[in-house]
Amino acid sequence: MQFLKFILAGTVFGIVMAKSEAISWYRIQEMFRFQSFHMYGIIGVAVVTGVIGVYLIKKLGLRDISGNPIVFLPKEKSVIRYLVGGSVFGMGWALSGACPGPMIVNIGYGYTALVIVFLFSLVGTFLYGLVMNRLPH
Amino acid sequence: MQELLTQSWSWWFSGLVIAATMFVLLFFGRTFGFSSNMRTICSMAGAGKKVSFFDFDWKAQRWNLYFLVGSLIGGWIAGTFMNPNMPVQISEATISDLSLLGFSEPAGLQPDEMFGREAILSIKGFALLALGGLMVGFGTRYAGGCTSGHAISGLSNLQFPSFLAVIGFFAGGLLMTHVFFPYIF
Repeated sequence: MQFLKFILAGTVFGIVMAKSEAISWYRIQEMFRFQSFHMYGIIGVAVVTGVIGVYLIKKLGLRDISGNPIVFLPKEKSVIRYLVGGSVFGMGWALSGACPGPMIVNIGYGYTALVIVFLFSLVGTFLYGLVMNRLPH
Repeated sequence: MQELLTQSWSWWFSGLVIAATMFVLLFFGRTFGFSSNMRTICSMAGAGKKVSFFDFDWKAQRWNLYFLVGSLIGGWIAGTFMNPNMPVQISEATISDLSLLGFSEPAGLQPDEMFGREAILSIKGFALLALGGLMVGFGTRYAGGCTSGHAISGLSNLQFPSFLAVIGFFAGGLLMTHVFFPYIF
């Protein structure tokens, strides 16, 4: 039963991503062309709500359901990997119109062509693991 | 009620639910970050025998795979029971820009020119999807996260590295859209 809550959280996430059209290639194009507020609204509300919530969790010292303190691990300090890796990701995001979550939601929705995108994202992940020691981080 | 099922949902509701997803996972003792699943799946497939990056205890990441299965189910529910067969409501400006690249007006959530049977069976169409996937998979691990891990989880925790990653996401997206698209399509 442990896993059921994660399936349920994913299901809600998937329904909302699909119903708010955030999984649409067209919406991603519209965003990168600055022709609508829609995607900026989604990300903006999520981040503002997130910032307030994370602040409160820290301030109030909230604990998770097992009673452990909720900890936030700081991201590793660097510049190159975030800018370069981020840019490669961004090019793929604009081309395929889907980041990792929406790829899966799209496959469930019935856009099975995204299986190709997802399989190749696994190949891309593997390639990174293969060459990571030779890349600047 | 019928309308709630068939019409598209607003941006603010979507943003709130995405933040709620992050909080729910935090209260489950986990961190919202979808692309970690790709590393996990590589590891499950045995990549750890060849490449040390994939040699880790993937079983501790099973919860995230359940989340992935859930999002697959969520997509299926939306596509099967809540699908209005209505075209995505993008702006006229985008429709007109895309028509110059050979894309017809939206008939659903995704363009046939990218994801239709004819497109994926063509060499160019298949290559574009493969290239897009490769770049997403490679880039997300190089940057240490995707939209959920950096733009949502990282920015919510005011992480400067995540801010840099999001700048990268947009730099890459703008480059692809405004510089490469006219050559590709």
